[in-house]
Amino acid sequence: MTTTTQAATAERPISSVAARVERPQPPSALSASLTLGWRSVLKIRRIPEQLFDVTFQPVIFIVMFVYLFGGAVSGSTTQYLQFVLPGILVQTVVMASLYTGISLNTDIGKGIFDRFRSLPIWRPSALVGALLADSIRYVVAAVVCLGVGMAMGFRPDGTVLDVFAAVVLVLVFAFSLSWIFAFLGLVMRSAGAVQGVSMLAMFPLTFASNVFVDPSTMPGWLRAWVDVNPVSHLVTAVRGLMAGSPDAGDISWSLIGCAVLIAVFAPLTVRAYRRRS
Amino acid sequence: MTALAIEAHGLVKTFGENRAVDGVDLAVGAGTVYGVLGPNGAGKTTTVRMLTTLLRPDGGSARVLGHDVVDDADQVRRLIGLTGQYASVDEDLTGTENLVLQSRLVGLSRTRSRQRAAELLESFDLTDAANRPVKHFSGGMRRRIDLAASIVVTPDVLFLDEPTTGLDPRSRGQVWDIVRDLVAGGTTVLLTTQYLDEADQLADRIAVIDRGTVIAEGTSADLKASVGRSSLHLRLADEAQSDLAERLVAQTLDTTPHRTPEAGVITAPVADPDVVADLMIRLRAEGVRIDEIGVQRPSLDEVFLTLTGHAADDDTERTAA
Repeated sequence: MTTTTQAATAERPISSVAARVERPQPPSALSASLTLGWRSVLKIRRIPEQLFDVTFQPVIFIVMFVYLFGGAVSGSTTQYLQFVLPGILVQTVVMASLYTGISLNTDIGKGIFDRFRSLPIWRPSALVGALLADSIRYVVAAVVCLGVGMAMGFRPDGTVLDVFAAVVLVLVFAFSLSWIFAFLGLVMRSAGAVQGVSMLAMFPLTFASNVFVDPSTMPGWLRAWVDVNPVSHLVTAVRGLMAGSPDAGDISWSLIGCAVLIAVFAPLTVRAYRRRS
Repeated sequence: MTALAIEAHGLVKTFGENRAVDGVDLAVGAGTVYGVLGPNGAGKTTTVRMLTTLLRPDGGSARVLGHDVVDDADQVRRLIGLTGQYASVDEDLTGTENLVLQSRLVGLSRTRSRQRAAELLESFDLTDAANRPVKHFSGGMRRRIDLAASIVVTPDVLFLDEPTTGLDPRSRGQVWDIVRDLVAGGTTVLLTTQYLDEADQLADRIAVIDRGTVIAEGTSADLKASVGRSSLHLRLADEAQSDLAERLVAQTLDTTPHRTPEAGVITAPVADPDVVADLMIRLRAEGVRIDEIGVQRPSLDEVFLTLTGHAADDDTERTAA
């Protein structure tokens, strides 16, 4: 039924093809999401510059912070590296999640989203697909951070499994957080606005935390924020895992944070996506 | 008439103060081509977006093959194909990747998707560009890949929003052929256009839309009858011969010619274009030298002038024709 004879296609090219394909069952939600994730991966491959923020940026951050603050904060760069690397890993991946919103904002303005929305697929699959593909960026960020850290002398005391669990925890957190930025990406007018607002949120999240320094010397009001900042809990959990002494409390708090983020922002994002015209 | 593929009753969509679509009624027979003709900003795209479930109407209702576009949107999406006004393919992906993506999203298997992409690329004469990102495609190629993406599975109703705007004549012709072939295969097509001749060429029935409402509806013959006649456009090589030429035009065509502000240009309504041949013989006999001569169909501007009393684009100063 689907064989095309060359002669026939040359004569009446379109109708011979157009008349023949019956519509199959629409794809499942998972299949549609994965297909759209595949699209985003292809785009990363075509425009590899998109990976700058998860490759060069962490290298610069690690080298700069370790040699800049190491001696002053921890007495030696080696010791500080041991302390700061899990934090920078978290910060890099969390920052990378910001680009989800920016790329979604630029992408969605193009006609192709109209086409996706006119298809009989699970509506949020375009969003889920984009977020899944972004997870690949987070993996790159995590691998680069760990690689550079190890090369500079970072040695986790935990087992390979602990370190793996730490990375997975960070990825889950970034995926959860990316729903916020996806939401901003949908409701804001321009990519520039998304970047501006997201950065505003990003600084208190990543810098006002225990990523770079021990919060014990901070003033009370700042410490109060640092203590509730989900990024702090995540960093403590990751440090614990990498040091081979996982703290069930911090891991649970991080996971609860993830669940709350998704529970609040996934529905909001999907709603914004449906409404966006 | 046979069953209706698309029916709309009093569709309304407002954006703030602006009533972009203000009570549009449409009835499109199954298996036909329906043209929605109107200038920029008339509400064509907004209408199409409501019919394709992308926008929720603020008032009125519409059904596609019997399914309500709001209550039964998912069912509608299973039956339609859409080619938007702006290229609705991914510019960063290649032709093949775009078609495989589309095939996978309508539910074809991986192998079948690859096969289908290759088939379509060949039929649409895009095989050479299969592995090039779409952003390097020409305008005509983009339109073709866009159309191909809309028919990876055969839609029962295909919506084409200004499928040929900005295309060169050859690419336009190709798109027209594709549309005709699709219709021959049984697909109902609703297309929007700014060009009267496009609607004329393709559509069985035409709705003329202006400021969000349908101001005329009928076959192309109905419409033309309401619009009036073609016009003669004559440019003289020597403007000193204008008086003589004007007199000859008046006698031969039996009408009152107009001089445009442009020197040496005469226009006149033409009841029967065949008579223009007589005019040319007389002009030659009298030694009037022609720089340019043509008979023009009524333009969209004239359709609008006739139907609405205002020009298609109010900002354009029109000289009386």
